[in-house]
Amino acid sequence: MIVSLTLILAAQLLGEALTRALNLPVPGPVLGMALLLVFFIVRDRSLAVSRKILPPPLVDGRLEETGKTLLANLSLMFVPAGAGIVGRLDVLAVQGTALAIVVLLSTLMTLAATAFTFVAVSRWLKPGEGR
Amino acid sequence: MTGEFAVWVYLSRTPLLWLTVTLMAYVVADRIATATNRHPLANPVLIAIAITACILKLTETPYATYFEGAQFVHFLLGPATVVLAIPLYEYRATVVRSLVPMLAALLVGSVVALASALILASALGIPRDVIVSIAPKSVTTGVAMGIAQTLGGDPTLAAVIVMLTGMTGGILVTPLMNVLRIRDMRARGFAAGLAAHGVGTARAFQVNEVAGAFAGIALGLNAFVTAILAPVAVTFLR
Repeated sequence: MIVSLTLILAAQLLGEALTRALNLPVPGPVLGMALLLVFFIVRDRSLAVSRKILPPPLVDGRLEETGKTLLANLSLMFVPAGAGIVGRLDVLAVQGTALAIVVLLSTLMTLAATAFTFVAVSRWLKPGEGR
Repeated sequence: MTGEFAVWVYLSRTPLLWLTVTLMAYVVADRIATATNRHPLANPVLIAIAITACILKLTETPYATYFEGAQFVHFLLGPATVVLAIPLYEYRATVVRSLVPMLAALLVGSVVALASALILASALGIPRDVIVSIAPKSVTTGVAMGIAQTLGGDPTLAAVIVMLTGMTGGILVTPLMNVLRIRDMRARGFAAGLAAHGVGTARAFQVNEVAGAFAGIALGLNAFVTAILAPVAVTFLR
């Protein structure tokens, strides 16, 4: 687990450093995600070499297990920020109702438009798919 | 000072107490969610936040004290974003095959998210400086706060709106997709991640791994696209 976490944190660190250095409009962790993806591609391209030089947890599936445990509990990680938001609901005081309407309707429209486009385009490309 | 009070004063100042409270609130919330068969309304994020906020209120704990403990959990958001690469890599064949629908949905979704927020807010007479803070509402908090700040908005308000949007999307995505009869897990997940960032992605992972993988991609891509589109979109505001 420690080896896996080290790699994950290293990817994030490199992502943060690159976004800052190059002034990219993406968060560091998102770039870290792309870097980890590159790691997987390179690792599996030359699996025999990877098995020899990389620490075992990074090639035997334990890295994936650690990652999936984190993802299965993604909800937990929003609790601290969310609890802080509850204390700042006062910023909504003036336009509370109007803001609630905007959030509700706009979110529904975004969800529907995104999913519909996805399904429509995928059906158009391959009739029968995306049922 | 009475004995119990001294213990409380000590505990309430250590990170251990608030870290444990956060985890316990989550465990309880997750149990409730499982007991209801992951009913959309029993959203574990919402329940855990409600429990934590109530405890903070009852104990009159300042948020800064709470965060000293909770920061360890908060910190995991970064690594959790990085490991979105794992489902993405695992389902790479599906992802590559869905590249065109994904890009189309990304473009339409980002534009609808921005335009609907701007148009609805203008129609409801919300002042311009508030509107720029709600424009990036579908993007992950850090990016949204940055966008709001660059556009002359209030980052705190942006963070509150982002969280409310995430919660709304996380709760509504399943019933809405059922009503619209969209069963494609790729489309459902992609919509959840695009409209409701990490909270929507968390929901997607609870429903289906493919949905989770696509939600993660949408979350990353939408942060990028909205950062580019938002400054352009607000120029249309009077």
